[in-house]
Amino acid sequence: MTAVQTPRADSSAEASAVSKIVARVKRVVASNPSVLPTVAAIVIFIGMVIYGEVAYGRIVQANTLSNLLINNAHLIILAVAMTFVILTGGIDLSVGSVIALSSVAGVMLSNAGWDPLVVIVLMILIGTVFGLASGILIQYFNVQPFIATLAMMFLGRGLAALLSTQPERLSEDSPIRWLGEQFKVVDGEKVNDVVVTPGVVIALLVVLAAFFVLHRTRTGRTVYAIGGSESSSALMGLAVPRTKVLVYVISGTLSGVAAVVYTSRLGIAQNITGIGWELDAIAATVIGGTLLTGGYGYVLGSVIGALVLGLMNVLITRDGGIPPKMTTIITGGILLVFVLLQRAVTSKRHT
Amino acid sequence: MSTDARWSWLRELIRKPFFWGLIAIVALLALNVLKDPNYLALSINPVNGNLVGNVVDILRASAPILMIAVGMSLVIATGGIDLSVGSVMAVSGAVAMVFMKEAGESGSLGAALGAIGLALLVSAVLGAVNGVLVAYVGLQPFISTLIMMLAGRGIAKVITEGQNTSATNDPFRWIANGFVIGLPVVFLLAILIVLVVGFVVRRSALGLMIEAIGINPKASRMAGIKPNGLLLTVYILSAVLAGIAGIMSVGTVMTVDVSRTGYQMELDAILAVVIGGTSLAGGKFSIGGAVVGGLLIATLDKTIVFLGISSSATPAFKAIVIVVLCLLQSERVRSWFVQRRRPPQGRMTPSPAPVKQENQEVTA
Repeated sequence: MTAVQTPRADSSAEASAVSKIVARVKRVVASNPSVLPTVAAIVIFIGMVIYGEVAYGRIVQANTLSNLLINNAHLIILAVAMTFVILTGGIDLSVGSVIALSSVAGVMLSNAGWDPLVVIVLMILIGTVFGLASGILIQYFNVQPFIATLAMMFLGRGLAALLSTQPERLSEDSPIRWLGEQFKVVDGEKVNDVVVTPGVVIALLVVLAAFFVLHRTRTGRTVYAIGGSESSSALMGLAVPRTKVLVYVISGTLSGVAAVVYTSRLGIAQNITGIGWELDAIAATVIGGTLLTGGYGYVLGSVIGALVLGLMNVLITRDGGIPPKMTTIITGGILLVFVLLQRAVTSKRHT
Repeated sequence: MSTDARWSWLRELIRKPFFWGLIAIVALLALNVLKDPNYLALSINPVNGNLVGNVVDILRASAPILMIAVGMSLVIATGGIDLSVGSVMAVSGAVAMVFMKEAGESGSLGAALGAIGLALLVSAVLGAVNGVLVAYVGLQPFISTLIMMLAGRGIAKVITEGQNTSATNDPFRWIANGFVIGLPVVFLLAILIVLVVGFVVRRSALGLMIEAIGINPKASRMAGIKPNGLLLTVYILSAVLAGIAGIMSVGTVMTVDVSRTGYQMELDAILAVVIGGTSLAGGKFSIGGAVVGGLLIATLDKTIVFLGISSSATPAFKAIVIVVLCLLQSERVRSWFVQRRRPPQGRMTPSPAPVKQENQEVTA
């Protein structure tokens, strides 16, 4: 008797747990409609995982999921960077070309025999300088964010081309490659292992740090306040100018970090690296539920957004029927759908 | 009196926003002349009577930039931006090339016209998508055109299946490489289109309405201007002009390279518009300024190549120019200059601070 009853009790408990979660989500969404895109992103991610598993198989597997993280570590970092900027209502179009400049410069310096630690610090500092420049232009000279960062985007691309227009290979014995090396954490059957690279660890640390800064510090609250209303936060006495410059510095610095992570994994840098990554980063952020007008959003949502894009690439490769050239069109389409969704949500709130 | 009149004419010119653009063109040409004293020399090709020379090359190269600069200046005047012009150029070029490759007849005027018509139609559709997203859906212009900028290049790749596509068609080639009365057809065509656009927007209320939207959308709506249709028209016009630019730039080599045709041309367009004195904040535009800006960029491109610097590094120079121009437009930098100029004025008129105090005393 008991043996028969337990599964039923289990299933009913499970069902009630699921309905509880659904009810909870519904309540949160009803109280704060801006959460809806984030919830939608999580639902889409789970949906894509299930669809991929059913249609192609071998998705819910340790090695597939760890590869997803390894291959998208740089995108996760970029999405975090973009979240800071978009939360203040700005935009940073320069991330892709900062990565190009930083990685080309880094690989060339490293091949010239510079100390790897110095090279890594310099690569990150290049990003910081670009971020600082756009921040100062935007805050103190009233240049629109997208114009200032567009100028930085072309400046970075041009400088990278000045350095080299050939693919630069990082030498095989360079210690920087250690950051992209794969370590087995759990040794599974055959190749089904849980693998991490130091790059993934860096990405996760960046996410945790960003989460802490945005939700637990005064600077983070100021970032949200600026996105809500810049003039109100200035009147409240918040450090608006400093924070606005800071978000671009953070974004530039994290682009530098992403350049280190990406270069260490690939070992090749070229002046055309990272074309269109600004779209990927914006798309990840927007899919993750950050409003383009600023003020609402979650850094963890952006991580989900980055993973959605990464998983989409995996599914496109697995499918084989969709030409890889379609990827940017599909990314653009998804971004458009989510921007429209945001538009619908915000206009509902205003009326 | 005569000297006075001459000075006022000069002062008028200096006050034009694109005056510094003209100075820059002259400076760049002077730089080239320093390197090669024969730089400005023009000669007539004895075989066909065409003008040959570096200046003719610059004029020819400026044609596509003029097209997108004029379109962009209208879009920027409405307070928007069109980042998709470069990708639209690639799409238009790809459509034209694939069409002519399929048509096959190398001398057919019909195939050339069909290719141009189809390319412009596709460009107009892309522009309409931008326009609908901006005007009717209410998205920020830069995000909707950014999506189009990146997706457009994907569309061009899908059209050509990712390969550089070449075609042979003599009438089409003539547009980009032909000469009429000794001047390149492509430049004459560009000037003609600029004149038509300029005539339409300046001799009708259209230009005024576009500026009104850019200055204050709410006030212009209350004044009875319907912004949606106008915005849609402006974005379609910008895309069609970009499509023409695409035809011009693929026509020179009769090959479309989907990853390079129109690449980073949006920067050129924005730069040309800013050089021409149009504020990026919207509200005012100057077609003449955009033309000067376009010519300056073509001169800059040719100068950089002439001086032996890698052409893929040109974006860096342009980015520096655009940053400097944005700085010059900003309030803060202007106030520095005003403060320096104020002391001599102060002697003529009482400084504002004491006036305020007097007012307070009176009211008190």
